[in-house]
Amino acid sequence: MTWLVPLPVIMPLLGAATTLLMFRRPRVQRAISVSVLTATLVVSAVLLVLSADGPLVVAVGGWPVPLGIVLVADRLATLMLVVSAAVTLCVLLYSIGQGGTDGDEEHPLSVYHPTYLILTAGVTNAFLSGDLFNLYVGFEILLAASYVLITLGGTENRIRAGTTYVVVSLLSSVIFLAGIGLIYAATGTLNMAQLVERLDALPDGVRMVLQGMLLLAFGIKAAIFPLSAWLPDSYPTAPAPVTAVFAGLLTKVGVYAIIRTETLLFPGGRVADLLMVAALSTMLVGILGAVAQSDLKRLLSFTLVSHIGYLLFGVGLASRAGIAAAVFYTLHHIIVQTTLFLVAGLIERRGGSTALDRLGGLARTAPVLAILFFLPALNLAGIPPFSGFLGKLGLIQAGVDDGAVLSWLLVGGSALTSLLTLYALARVWNLAFWRSPVSTDATPLRSSRLMVTPTAALVAAGVVLTLAAGPLYSLTDTVAGDLLERTPYVEAVLP
Amino acid sequence: MRPSIVLLLAVGVLFAAGTILLLERTLTRVLLGVMLLGNGANLLVLAAAWPGSPPIVGTADPAEMTDPLPQAMILTAIVITLGMTAFLLALAYRSWRLSGHDEVQDDAEDRRVRELAERDEGSDAEDLDTDETETVEVRA
Repeated sequence: MTWLVPLPVIMPLLGAATTLLMFRRPRVQRAISVSVLTATLVVSAVLLVLSADGPLVVAVGGWPVPLGIVLVADRLATLMLVVSAAVTLCVLLYSIGQGGTDGDEEHPLSVYHPTYLILTAGVTNAFLSGDLFNLYVGFEILLAASYVLITLGGTENRIRAGTTYVVVSLLSSVIFLAGIGLIYAATGTLNMAQLVERLDALPDGVRMVLQGMLLLAFGIKAAIFPLSAWLPDSYPTAPAPVTAVFAGLLTKVGVYAIIRTETLLFPGGRVADLLMVAALSTMLVGILGAVAQSDLKRLLSFTLVSHIGYLLFGVGLASRAGIAAAVFYTLHHIIVQTTLFLVAGLIERRGGSTALDRLGGLARTAPVLAILFFLPALNLAGIPPFSGFLGKLGLIQAGVDDGAVLSWLLVGGSALTSLLTLYALARVWNLAFWRSPVSTDATPLRSSRLMVTPTAALVAAGVVLTLAAGPLYSLTDTVAGDLLERTPYVEAVLP
Repeated sequence: MRPSIVLLLAVGVLFAAGTILLLERTLTRVLLGVMLLGNGANLLVLAAAWPGSPPIVGTADPAEMTDPLPQAMILTAIVITLGMTAFLLALAYRSWRLSGHDEVQDDAEDRRVRELAERDEGSDAEDLDTDETETVEVRA
C-alpha cells in the first residue's frame, strides 16, 4: 500500500494545475478543489490506519534510498496529515461560502483555488518528507503560495502587511538553505535516517552550529519569540479564511519541523534550556500582546504566538510525556485556532468590523455565532473539560515530573498564560457579545450556510477532540515513544 | 575534501552585503539583498562538494568526480530564488503604484498601541475615562 504515500502531495498539485486551466469556470474550480481535498482527507485517514504497523516509506523516482528523495509516513506525519486535511477542507468550504474574499466580491479571483491547493501540497510535502532538502522544497512551495494568498487582491493594506511577511520568510528560507549546505558539508547526506548516525559521529561544537541553524530557520516559521514579531501584523489583514488556514497550519509546520529534527536528529535535549526560555518568553510576551489589543483578529494572532510557547515547552522537556502532550496540544491548537479565526470572519460580516469598540450585543442578535465563539474560546483558554485543558494539564504534569527549576518556572508561566488567555477572550466576550449593542452604520452581511456549517463542524471537531481525548492521548503517547526511540524510523527508511 | 577559501570568502561577502541591504527601508534594496543572500547560500551549498572532475559518467574516474548532489540542489534553489525575486519585484511595483514609494512601512496598529501607552491611557476599549491633564504633565 506504499503507493498511497505520495498521493497527498500529488493530488493537490494536479488539482492546482486543473483549476488553473479552468480559470473561467468558478463552479468547476470549486468542484475540483473540494473533491481533491476530500480525497486527500480520505487518503490521509487510510495512511493513519496503515502507519500503525510501522512507517511507510516510498523512494520517489525509484532511486535507492540514501541517494534519492524519500517520503516517510510515520504516525506523527499521518496524524498531522489527517488534521491538516480536515482543517483545509473546512476552510475551503468556508471560503466558497464567502464567495471569494472579503471586500473583493466585485472581482472574483481565479487564482484563489490553484494557490490554495498548492499551499496544501506544500504542507503535506513538508509533513511527509524524509529528506531535509525535500523539506526545504515543501516549505518553499507553501511559502510561495502563502505570499500570493496574503497579498490577495493587492490592496494597499495587504501589500504593506505582506511585505514584512515575505521578507522575513525569505530570510528564514535562506538560513534554512545555508544550514542544509553546512549539514551536507559536514555529513555528506541529507536523508534524515542516514543523518541520525552521521550526526552522532560529529564533534559537539559542529552539531551545535547545525542544530542552531535549523532551530533559527524553523523558529521564524513557527513564530517563536523573539522571532515572532512579523506574525501579528501580517496575518490579520488577509481575508478571513486565509488567515484561518495560516494560523492553524503554517506555524504548525514549523513546529512539526522542530519536533521532527529535535527528536530525530538532535536528541538528548542539548538545547533544552534554550528552548524552555524561548517557550516561556513566547508564552508571556505573546499573551501580554494579546491583552493590549483592541482588534479581535490581532488579539487572536497574539494568542497564536503565545500558545506556540506551550508546544515548545513540551519539545524542550524532551521526555516521553512532554512530547506526547506537545503533539496532542499541536493537534488541538490547529483545530481551535483555525475555528476562532473563522468565527472572527463571521463576526466581521455580522458586525461590520473586528474592532472591539465597534462590536456589541452579538449574543442577542446572533446567538448561534455566540455559541460558535464561546466553545472554542473556552477551549483555547483551557477550561476543563475541554481538550485545551487536557493538553495543558499533560504539559504541566510533564513539567512537574521533570522537576528542574526552569520546568517549574514554565509550569507557573503556562498557568499564568492560561489565565491571561481567559482574560483576553473574556474581554472579547464582554465587549462583542455581552454588552448592549453599539450603534454603527455598518449593515450586517448575511453569512451563508456554507460559511456557518464548516465553522460549526470545526467547533464540533474541537468538542470531539475532548471526548476522544483518551484514545488520542494514548496515540500521541505512542508517537512520542516512536520519536524518542528513533530506530523504527531509521530501520524503515534504511532496511 | 578541501573547500576553496575564495569560494568561502565570496559566501561571506555576499552574506554580509545581503544582510546590510536587507535592513534597508526600501523594498528594491531589500530585493537586491535577498538576491545576494540567495546566491550566497547557493555558493555555500556548492562549497559543500569538493572540487574535482565533472560528474558525468564515462568522462572521469568516479573517485575523482565532484559530488553532483549539491549542484542538483543549487539548481532547485536557484529556480526557487528566481520565483521569489519575481514575486518581490511585483510586490515592489505594486507598492509603488499604490503609494508612490516602495518603503516597508511600520505596523499602523503597533504605532497606535504605542501612542496609547504613551498617553497612559491603556488600550482597553471600555476604559473611556482618561485624565487629560495628567497625561500632559507626563509628556512634558
